[in-house]
Amino acid sequence: MTRQKYSIFSLLRNAVSHNENWRQAWRSPAPRKKYDALIIGGGGHGLATAYYLAKEHGIRNVAVLEKGWIGGGNTGRNTTIVRSNYLWTEAALFYEKSLKLWEGLSRDLNYNVMFSQRGVYNMGHSLQDMRDIERRVGANRLDGIDAEVVMPARIKAAIPMIDISPGARYPILGASLQRRAGVARHDAVAWGFARAADALGVDIIQQCEVTGICRNGSRVTGVESSRGRIEADRIGVVVAGHASVLAQMAGLRLPLESHPLQAYVSEPLKPVLDTVVMSNAVHGYISQSDKGELVVGAGIDAYTGYGQRGSFHTIEHAMQAIIELFPAFSRVRMLRQWGGIVDVAPDACPIIGKTPLQGLYFNCGWGTGGFKATPGSGWAFAHTIARDRPHELNAPFGLERFTTGALIDEHGAAAVAH
Amino acid sequence: MLLIKCPWCGPRDESEFSYGGEADIVRPAEPDALTDEEWADYLFMRSNTRGLHREQWVHEHGCRRWFVLERDTVTYQFTENAT
Repeated sequence: MTRQKYSIFSLLRNAVSHNENWRQAWRSPAPRKKYDALIIGGGGHGLATAYYLAKEHGIRNVAVLEKGWIGGGNTGRNTTIVRSNYLWTEAALFYEKSLKLWEGLSRDLNYNVMFSQRGVYNMGHSLQDMRDIERRVGANRLDGIDAEVVMPARIKAAIPMIDISPGARYPILGASLQRRAGVARHDAVAWGFARAADALGVDIIQQCEVTGICRNGSRVTGVESSRGRIEADRIGVVVAGHASVLAQMAGLRLPLESHPLQAYVSEPLKPVLDTVVMSNAVHGYISQSDKGELVVGAGIDAYTGYGQRGSFHTIEHAMQAIIELFPAFSRVRMLRQWGGIVDVAPDACPIIGKTPLQGLYFNCGWGTGGFKATPGSGWAFAHTIARDRPHELNAPFGLERFTTGALIDEHGAAAVAH
Repeated sequence: MLLIKCPWCGPRDESEFSYGGEADIVRPAEPDALTDEEWADYLFMRSNTRGLHREQWVHEHGCRRWFVLERDTVTYQFTENAT
């Protein structure tokens, strides 16, 4: 099927007909009996996987199975920050690949994902923070990633609302800055990948919950779902917080714990913050959306949970930190709050690779930082499924690292604590 | 905010406690005798249950004692009188 191209001309043409003739962006087909590959999970990562399977590897007989609606999980429940300033080379190169895909994504998908490279500042509040920042910036530059250390006067010039006074509760001694980092429109990412994958022949099947994974010996043969049995020799599981639940269906154990992660937005304001501010030590991050809302992210709740909501004191803790950094925001009212379920690995790095079962692949463990990786994760996972072996960029992120001990310890080493 | 029933101090706010993760994980008596897979399973693999979950808490800002509770990880309700 051919994709209806979005452009200024299609806008004008459809305006003339009162916008009544837009084709639907993707079909809603009934599932077929058999596919070449199944992707479980219709979030950004799953849809991106299906898209790159079709585009890069010519595997188009693919279905994406989604329990609810696409992009309704963590893809629609995050703070949309995209960056690649990770400490360790394995992680930095992977996230940098993803950032490069972001830079061409709107054009590639013919869908405006509103990727805005407005820069990300990671604040340092102590001498140790500054040592860590200088080490990370140095490591990033050796890996070919743009990064710089900025001093308080330049931070104040770029972010006039911030409190850099020496008496501040969290004094600002400096920051790292990645100028190519930024934010994107999360829903558009899911919709853009869905539309582009659908145009290449991928079936997107919503309201289809996988209830079992069928296997013949050590090979997977398909899934049981709320819409019947669907056969496939290759199954990619990309279900974020529920990865352990799917693993259990296949008789596997994963090194993951699922936690609630919360975020919230304020009432819309006039432009006050045209970049992204993150703070590792106080664990809050903030940016301003195009609608004018302040978007604030908190840390994870300590306990494990699948309830898509967390405790109030976790929100309060992040908000206290934000108000200390930006005293002027103390009277801003918060409008909405939400929680997602993030699956955290012991080394705060994802797991993208094969499993002991032939034909079963897992992409999970993204913890609090999955959104930025959406295109890179899909790209690498598609390669892993198509070739039955990981790409060199995701080879270090296999499940076997927990047995060999080759962990990639980004806990605290990354620009923000996970 | 969860209301957590410390067996010694009674119901207190969650912020007085720290979470200790999955309960009933026992350190193998002879780590040297294990394969790498078995050691990795002890060290890293977790059941990460959706539903009733036995877990450890410590009353960090109270009596500082550890205890085990059962909680539903979807509703976040603690099971009364679980052992």
